Parts: sequence; C-alpha cells; structure tokens
Amino acid sequence: MTTITSRTPRRGLTWVDFAVAAGVLVLGYLILQVGKGTTVNVDPADVSGVDTDPSQLPYYAARSLLRMFVALGASVLFTFVYAYAAARSRRLERILIPALDILQSVPVLGFLAITTTGFIALFPGSMLGLELASIFAIFTSQAWNMTFGFYASLTSLPRELDEVSRSFGFTRWMRFWRIELPSGAIDLIWNGMMSFAGGWFFLVASEAISVANHNYTLPGVGSYAGAAIGDGDLGKVGWAILTMAVMVIGVNFLFWRPLTAWAEKFKNEQSEATHVQRSLVLDFLRRSHWPALLGRFLAPVREAVNRAGRIFGRDDRPLSVDPAKRRVGDIVFGVIATALIAWGLFDLLRYLHDNTGLGVFGEPLVLGLVTLLRVVVLVAVATVIWVPVGVKIGFSPRLAKIAQPIVQVLASFPANFLFPLAMWFFLRTGLDINIGCIFLMALGAQWYILFNTIAGAMAIPSDLKEAMDDLGVQGWQRWKRLIIPGVFPSYVTGGITASGGAWNASIVAEVVTFSGTTLTATGLGAYIFKATEEGDFPRLLAGVAVMSLYVVGLNRLFWRRLYRLAENRYSL
Amino acid sequence: MTTATPTRRTGEVLLAANNVTKSYAGADGELPVLGGIDLEIHEGEIVALLGKSGSGKSTLLRCLAGLIPASSGSVTYRGEELHGANPGTAMVFQTFALLPWLTVQQNVELGLEAKGVGPKERAEAAVQAIDLIGLDGFESAYPKELSGGMRQRVGFARALVVEPDVLMMDEPFSALDVLTAENLRGELMELWESGQFPTKAVVLVTHNIEEAVLMADRVVVLGSRPYGTIRETFDVSLVRPRDRQSAEFEQIVDAVYQVMTGRTKDGPKLTEPAPARRTPASTPLPAASVDGLSGLAEIVAQYEGGASELADLADDLGLEVDDMLPQVDALELLGLAEVEGGELRLTGTGAAFARADVQASKKLFAEAALEAAPLVHLITSTLLRSAEGVQRAGFFRDLLAHHYTSEQIDRQLETATDWGRYAELYAYNADSEEYRLDEDAQLRVEPGVE
Repeated sequence: MTTITSRTPRRGLTWVDFAVAAGVLVLGYLILQVGKGTTVNVDPADVSGVDTDPSQLPYYAARSLLRMFVALGASVLFTFVYAYAAARSRRLERILIPALDILQSVPVLGFLAITTTGFIALFPGSMLGLELASIFAIFTSQAWNMTFGFYASLTSLPRELDEVSRSFGFTRWMRFWRIELPSGAIDLIWNGMMSFAGGWFFLVASEAISVANHNYTLPGVGSYAGAAIGDGDLGKVGWAILTMAVMVIGVNFLFWRPLTAWAEKFKNEQSEATHVQRSLVLDFLRRSHWPALLGRFLAPVREAVNRAGRIFGRDDRPLSVDPAKRRVGDIVFGVIATALIAWGLFDLLRYLHDNTGLGVFGEPLVLGLVTLLRVVVLVAVATVIWVPVGVKIGFSPRLAKIAQPIVQVLASFPANFLFPLAMWFFLRTGLDINIGCIFLMALGAQWYILFNTIAGAMAIPSDLKEAMDDLGVQGWQRWKRLIIPGVFPSYVTGGITASGGAWNASIVAEVVTFSGTTLTATGLGAYIFKATEEGDFPRLLAGVAVMSLYVVGLNRLFWRRLYRLAENRYSL
Repeated sequence: MTTATPTRRTGEVLLAANNVTKSYAGADGELPVLGGIDLEIHEGEIVALLGKSGSGKSTLLRCLAGLIPASSGSVTYRGEELHGANPGTAMVFQTFALLPWLTVQQNVELGLEAKGVGPKERAEAAVQAIDLIGLDGFESAYPKELSGGMRQRVGFARALVVEPDVLMMDEPFSALDVLTAENLRGELMELWESGQFPTKAVVLVTHNIEEAVLMADRVVVLGSRPYGTIRETFDVSLVRPRDRQSAEFEQIVDAVYQVMTGRTKDGPKLTEPAPARRTPASTPLPAASVDGLSGLAEIVAQYEGGASELADLADDLGLEVDDMLPQVDALELLGLAEVEGGELRLTGTGAAFARADVQASKKLFAEAALEAAPLVHLITSTLLRSAEGVQRAGFFRDLLAHHYTSEQIDRQLETATDWGRYAELYAYNADSEEYRLDEDAQLRVEPGVE
C-alpha cells in the first residue's frame, strides 16, 4: 500500500509511539502462540469434547479469530486472481462470471461435509485438515461477493484512467498497483467488511460438525457454544454469546473502522467531502511516528517491487488483431470448455445413477417448496415489521446514529448462537418446529432488511421531505409517493441478501438440538443436514444442487426484476 | 485570405495519418466516424483539430496517440507505423484524469516511473516540470485540494515531464471557467514562444473556435456529415500573443465559423449533400431541447428586426458561439430562423413562434416539426397508421439502426421525444418504452401527414 504520511509536524518520540510498538509486538506474539495450536498432531475424529471452562474462552476466541483472518486473506487473494482473469480475458470472462453467479447461490453449509472429508484426507493425523475445512467454509461465504465487487470495479474503470495508463506507457504492474487496486479499494474494503460479518455464522457452523456419524470439533468459540448447548448449560452459552459480542465489536473497532477511514483517500471525488469516515484507532496510529518511519523504510522495498513488476510487461494492446486467428482461438477455447463441462456433468449423473438413480432429485424438489414457503413468509413478515421501523430510524438522524452500529453488530452476530434460547422457548410453549424454524432463520436474515432500509431512508433528500410537508402529503399517500419509492432500491438489496441468508440458515435451523432433544422440521434444509450427518453423498449432492436451483430461480425470477425496476424507476 | 500564408510547416514530419478511417460497431453493422483523413504534424507547429461534437476529432486524436486502432489506413510516428500506444506522445485530458490517491509530485512522476527512471532522477525531473508549469509549493497536495486550473496544470506537468515529441491535448480547457482557461492558455503560449516547452509539436482538440485561432498555427476543421472528414484547413500566421480584438483575428474566426456551419471559406453555402428528400437518416435532429431553442428564438426576437450577429448574441449571453450551435441548427432545420453570413434572423414563422402564447406556439411548433423534422414525422405517421396508436420504441430503433450508433439513436429519439411531447403529437412511456399518439394529434396533423 502507499504509505500513510503523517501530516503532523516532527516531534520527539512520544508515548503514542511506544504504545503502538508494544501493541504490534504483543499481536505478533499472540498470533504465534495461537497459531501453534493448529498444527498439533491428533486425530481430529478423536477430539470428542471441548473444555467448557469459561477461562478457556479467550484462547478459543483467538483461535476463531485467526481462522476468520486467514479466510479473509485467502478471499482477498482469490478475488485478485479470479476478478483479474475475468476482467482481462474475454474468453475466461464468459465462463468465470456465470460460474461465480452460481457459486454465490450454492448453500455453503451443504458443502461442508464434502470439503471436511476432503481436507481431513489431505492431512491425516493432524488438526490442519480440519482447520482448513473450517477456513474454507468461511472463505466460501466471503469470496464470491468480494470477487464480484472487484470485477465490477475493474470493468468500470473510467476510460481516461485506462488511457492514462496506456498513453504514459505504464507497466501492467503499475496499472494494477497505481490505478486498478486503488480505484477498487473502497468497494473491496466495504465488501470485505460485509462478507466478514457474514462469515461469523459459518465459523460457528464449521467449528463443530458431524459428518458420516463422526463428530469433528475444533477449539473455538463456536465449538465451545456447541458443547455448552449439548450440555444444556445456558450460563455457559451466555459466556459464549458475550465473547462473540466482544469479538464482533472489537474487530469492528480495531480493524474495519480504521481500514474504512484510511480508505477515504481512495475516493475518486473532485472536492473534499464534508462527511468522512473517522476512526479513533487510525487517528491514534497517525499521531505516532511509525507510519512515516515505516514509509521511509519501505520506500526501497516498494521500488524493488515495482522493478520486479516490470516482468509482467507493458500495459499495451496491439492495435490490430487478426480476426481469423481470434475466431480460431475462440472456437478452440469454446470446444475445450464445453467438453470439460459435458464430461463433468456426465460423470456426475453417472455417479448419481449408479448409486441411487436420478429419482434422487424428486424428494429435495418437493421439500424445497416447503422451505421456499418459509423463505417467502420470512421475507414478507420481516418486510412488514422492519421497513416501518427502518424508515422511522432513518428519518431521525439522532436515532440513526445510535441504531446503525447496533444493527450492524446484530447482523454480523451469528444467529446460530441464539438457537438454544429459541429452542428452550419452543419446548416451553410447544410451538411446532415447522413454524418455529422460520423464526430461527429470521434471527440472522432479517437484519439485512432493517439495515438497508435505514440506509435508504437516510438517503432520501430532506428537501423532498420538506416538499411533502409543504404540500400536506401525509399518511398512506406519503408512503406511496415518497417513502416506498425512496427506500425501494436499498430495500431490494437487503431483500436479496436476506433471502439468500435464509436459505443458507435453513440447513442449520430446520434441525435443532438442545440438551439431548432434537427437533426436526420438514424441509430441504433438514434433508441436507441429514444427508451430511449420514455421509450420504448422492443425497447431499442432489440436495445442494436443488437448493442452488431454488436460490438462482428466486433471484432471477423475482429479485432481479425488482432490482431492474429499482434501477430504472426509483434511483434518486 | 490575407492573413493566411503557409509558413512554419517546414519541420520534420513527426506524426502522419494516411487515409485513416474509423468506424464503430453500430446497432446494425459498422458506422463510419472518420472517413479518409490525411494529416501531417510537423516539428514546431501547433495544430488544432476543430469540429462540432460528433465530428470525430477526439477519435482522430486517439488514433494518432495509438490508443484506438484505425479501421483502415495507417498512423505513423517518425515514419514507423504504430502497432500500440504511440511512444512519442503524451496526453492531457479534458477531465484531468489525475489519480486522486497520489500527491501532485507522485502524479507528475508517474510517466517517468513507467519508463523505469530511478527515484532520485524522477523526483528532480518532476520538481523541474512542476516549477515550469507554475505549481511550486503544491508538490505534496492531493488533487482534490486543488482548484480546476491547478489540477489541469498537474495534467500538463505530468505530460511535459516525459518530454514527448508531440503533446496531445483533448479539450484541455473546456472543464475550466472562462478566466482560468484564458490565464492558463496565455501561460502555455508564453512557454511555447519562449522555447522552454519540452515538446516539439502540439495537437489540440477543441470545439472552441477562438481558442483554436488563438493558439494554433494550423486549424483543421472537421465536418461530421456524413462522417468525419477534413472540411478545410486554415493557416494562422498571426504573431503571438494574439489579440482577440484585432481585425485580422476576427476575420479568421468569422471564416472558420462559416465553414463550421456548413459554408465554404468564401461565400455561398456549401453544397451540403442536400438530400432530395429529408429522411431521419439524412437529417439527424440537433441535440436541442424545445426549451433551449424557443429560449433562443425569444431572445433573438427582442433584437432589432428579429436578427442578430451570432457573435454578439453569444457575447450578450456570455456564451461561446459554439455552445449555441445545436439550438441554431434546430431553429434553422425547423425553418424558424435562417443563418446568413454569421447573422441569425428569425423567419416569419419564427417570429410568430417567439411571440405566441403557449398553446399557439405549440401549434406552430407541431407544424414546423412535422414538416421539417423527419424523425418526428416518421413517429407521428407510424402511430397514425397503427390501429391502437401505439408503437414500441424498439421499432424506431431498428429503423435507425442502419445509420446511427446506439448512442446516437438514443440521442435522436430523446430529441424526437422532447419535440413530439411539446408539440402534443405523441407521448412516450419510459416504463413500457412505447410511443402513444396524442389525442389531439389528429387535429394538428391534418394536411401534413397522409
């Protein structure tokens, strides 16, 4: 990254400098200590339990955090490679982008069984396989979103910046480092933050998992909570919830907040903004001398990297392309790609046919309808409840200032932590799990609707509100003419996320266990969960495929239409 | 032309376009933008490419810079044909195109960094360029802290520091306010005259006639119908600094203006490919809104005899002449005004249109548009013939697809929609993308349309 140059005048060393240095040292030591645990040689299948002594929680929390950040790093790397390939190669783009669209709709949790067995086989007798499986699960929940965002910013690079790069003979590395990465940085960071928030859910789900009648557990907050739930110890569940809340808020304060504030410098705007992101932590760092010192120290390194980057060649495009050659290339590429996909599909169908017959798709298709009904009810009810609340909050700047961070934390808080409480409630009241699981799915999903509605309501210009006041437009008419059209685009964005999240949550919400009692609802989520538990891979594949189909179908037929309507008609 | 004597064009040929054509993939087949351009840029000269929007002047500049390929013909730099970005040019952009995350100094160093110049040398060179262009003291500022004029100075410093043979300027002053632009132009010309300018030639793209005459040794006027060709070349040998008020200066500006608006250098109207019959293809609608053109008509009506010199009109309104061209073209097309020797005169209908109340002016406008604006006529008659009085916009798009790019079609339909709505001939529903006949259209159309 480009250096942060501190604008404060030079002073002697201050306590700030010492504090920052000490902080960095401690952080390094902690990572080392916690990281050691991941390579311990044990058979993961034997790790039967987790020590549920609350004093273990800080260590578990650190292990969980490490997983989250490794997954984030992997997602960023993946984003660069995949998005760049798609943006730069016309041919690859045709395959990579639709593939990404589908990957985005695949329920991550359904994959867990397959990847867990795969990774454990890769590292026999070590925790590393299980660690990687968990990291991979978090990765799959983060990467697609970030990749899409970065691909979009690569392809929508302003024409003049492209021309600057070529006209001044930039190297390809300079184009990436000086132009493309900075112009995509803000989106990438915000996307990363949102994806990271979503990742907690998968962290919790992947730390304790049973595949093919084996229980696998990793030391972490999620598995701690799992163990506490298994024991039916609500007090310890409470400790886990508290730890989780501290982690979510802490990471936000110490990592994302400073990062988003720092990213302000990448805003492509013509004048100084009036409203900027601020971060106490970043201000603190900037007050120390380290950024400037580090910048000076790193300058030769940067220079060396730039020189090394020259091997990627100059950013230039040949002016003339032989159309015949290009055509032949297209055809060869197309044939190879089609052949590979056809072969894979054939192999998959043969596998299913040999094991269970293709009728295996029938049951999940029907069960999918039940889960679809739950998703629809969930989105509808959440809309009716949270849109008015969101509008109320968004219209009041004072309320928004308090509510927004709270909702942000609620949205990133892994809802599966709260399941035992809900379960306790169901058992007490005798509520049918077939209905109750809608609440469980909503625990995580609903916040996206609220959060986006608040953002939408805040974006409605106050002169429009004043005009409505002036004309005496009140009540339902005001909703119809101003509020609903105004928040619609943001609402649609929230709705898509909520509905996707609900499908994913159905896998853990349709089967819940608390203190030895298990409640099972009828639905596709429960189907996938059972197939995972029994290690029934044909059923698992069919279940995941059908759920992806439902998600894609719902997006294409419903959400995307709303999205287009929002873009054409209701963009402010 | 008394003032135009060919001089200076003696230096070595740096850049040459040889029969360059350029066409873009249109909605339906290739659409020509440039048709057979021959142009040489010599050492020691400033060449201005002048034209209305759509004349292909920016496209030509980018072909010369090797940023986009020519469809046929070739571009050579010092005799070598280009196969990629031109190594001997550097570009200054209308929108500045500075990297907002880099300081002034870092922005200026970019081109040298790309060439692999070491950190120390490039810092020194950048400081020199920054000095030369009058930016000293701003080295550590970020672009967003600077005013528009200062930002464009960074743009100039960034291009000059690599000492290109030819400096390419794409409308470099049009995003600046009048005073800033005048000041920056003056300073650049001083630098050029003093011999400190580190480039050997300059190509300037502009739509501003005075700017071209003020700066260039040669003004190349590009015309847009049917596609970009060199309509005329003017040699300007006035001594610098040039005086805008001098008679010679005004004379050249007038001459250039006449050519820009479709007349030959001296005298009668150019035999513009006067179509036997006006069709939507042969007669594109100028991008002028009804508000704009009727506003202009109303202002002209206040002048004596309903006529005014365009230059005076522009002065009074505080505009450049070329800013009013779409409105002038529209009035002329609709037969509401005539342009004669740089004078805009309302016709009888035009005068009536300017004075009429809203309803009457709508009626007059409807008649004029049906008569003279082929696309408006086409839409109206199609709707009249259809049973329901409804037609999808896609239908008209397809009809235009042979002749325009999809952006041009958008603009044509946008204008036709605006005109037709005002004339109450038809309405357009943006959601269903349909044109619907106005109930009163029948009354307005009567004799005009079958």
